[in-house]
Amino acid sequence: MIQIENLHKKFRRNEVLSGVELGIKGGGIFAILGPNGSGKTTLIKSILGMVVPNKGSISIGAKSIKNNWKYRRNIDYLPQIANFPGNLKVKELIRMIKDLRQRPSTEEKLVSLFALDPFLDKKLNTLSGGTKQKVNLVLAFMFDSPLMILDEPTSGLDPVAMIRLKELIREEKQKGKTLLITSHIMQFVEEMADEIIYLLEGRIYFRGTMEELKTKTQQPDFEHAIAAIASPADA
Amino acid sequence: MLKILKYSFYDLIRSRWSYAYFLFYLALGFVLLFLNNDVSKAVITLMNVIIVLVPLIGTIFGVMYYYNSKEFTELLLAQPVKRSSIFLGQYLGVAGSLLLSLVLGLGIPFVLYGIFRSDAIFDFSLLLVTGAFLTLIFTAFSFNIALSNENRIKGFGYAILLWLFLAVIYDGLFLMSLIIFEEYPLDTFSLLATMTNPIDLSRTLILLKLDISALLGYTGAVFKQFFGTNLGFLVSMSMLVLWTVLPIWRLVYRSKKKDF
Repeated sequence: MIQIENLHKKFRRNEVLSGVELGIKGGGIFAILGPNGSGKTTLIKSILGMVVPNKGSISIGAKSIKNNWKYRRNIDYLPQIANFPGNLKVKELIRMIKDLRQRPSTEEKLVSLFALDPFLDKKLNTLSGGTKQKVNLVLAFMFDSPLMILDEPTSGLDPVAMIRLKELIREEKQKGKTLLITSHIMQFVEEMADEIIYLLEGRIYFRGTMEELKTKTQQPDFEHAIAAIASPADA
Repeated sequence: MLKILKYSFYDLIRSRWSYAYFLFYLALGFVLLFLNNDVSKAVITLMNVIIVLVPLIGTIFGVMYYYNSKEFTELLLAQPVKRSSIFLGQYLGVAGSLLLSLVLGLGIPFVLYGIFRSDAIFDFSLLLVTGAFLTLIFTAFSFNIALSNENRIKGFGYAILLWLFLAVIYDGLFLMSLIIFEEYPLDTFSLLATMTNPIDLSRTLILLKLDISALLGYTGAVFKQFFGTNLGFLVSMSMLVLWTVLPIWRLVYRSKKKDF
């Protein structure tokens, strides 16, 4: 599904990715973790073609993504910051994204799932942060693409919406999709993820299941295991 | 591209700023025409306003729109759309909504006044055409500046500086060089210097069409000889087109290489 080889990216003098090698066959939830500034978002954005790598290659479905934009038809992306054109109504925004993608979509179901009906005719700049995030989720989940990339999906959500989101993610996994998720909430990761991809200093430092991580670090719980992996000498 | 254009246009024509801009021209047009009762004079006053204000608003609006829609642009970049379509669409959306305010705001009072029955129709259309070019040029400048500067304070600063330079400082330098080098023949120099500033170019075009070039003395005569002819008119129009196309081309080129 995703094949990344020797990926390098520098921003000015700051080397963010230094030789990432990653192959994901497909199916399942992959959590991309790592300390702040370890290159998680840069990695995701490289996959989406928003960041142009200095070196290395990325292919999705055996096709290189370089100078190619059509592959994004098969990716749903949830950006970290939900910020939309303020003068558009929620309804119009949904229509716009549908219009751009020209695919069948399930927005009605999602709108009622997140109880967004009363907001459909409101302008986006009148919405609260959490409500914007819900709109963001609707936009990301309404298409049926085989690859989903979620950047901090839980930010700003109330508990009810959080439960709904988890159900939604599980449903997508059941359909055999590949989900890449970044999150700083370890409880969420522990509950959802099948595999952990741990980035440190621009490389993949660890990849494996939760159990493997706990065995490797000899820590009984996940949060401590994650904390220990960054400093293996203390583990 | 058309879809992006459509939506950013919709978004913008509903913003308060577009209305304010539109109402400003509407009020200005009515006041000038109905208190003055002289179309030619109204066109000259309007020219003076447009020449300064259109570039300023185009620059500020473009920079503001770009920075405000940054996160949304990121969402669009993740959609199956070409990069050039996104930025061209947004650019044309901003320029288009500004143009609409300009054309409607000035058009309505002039039509009510009876511009179609007057012989000033050509002057008036020239005013609108140069206003349109200035909008396109300066919005493109502002998008270029915003695209090259992550820091919005810097971006705003450069945009204002660019406007200040082309609208005010350039003329000062031009004038000073004319005084310093007055011993030398300056015809070609002043023609070239006018060509390389879209604001000056527009101003000269309108002034000469209004047949008040006598005010400009000897230089005016030279200018009249050049700009007054069909060739001069064509050359200056193509300069304006070039001024429009170059920044748009850079916008597309730059957007392809940028990291978001």
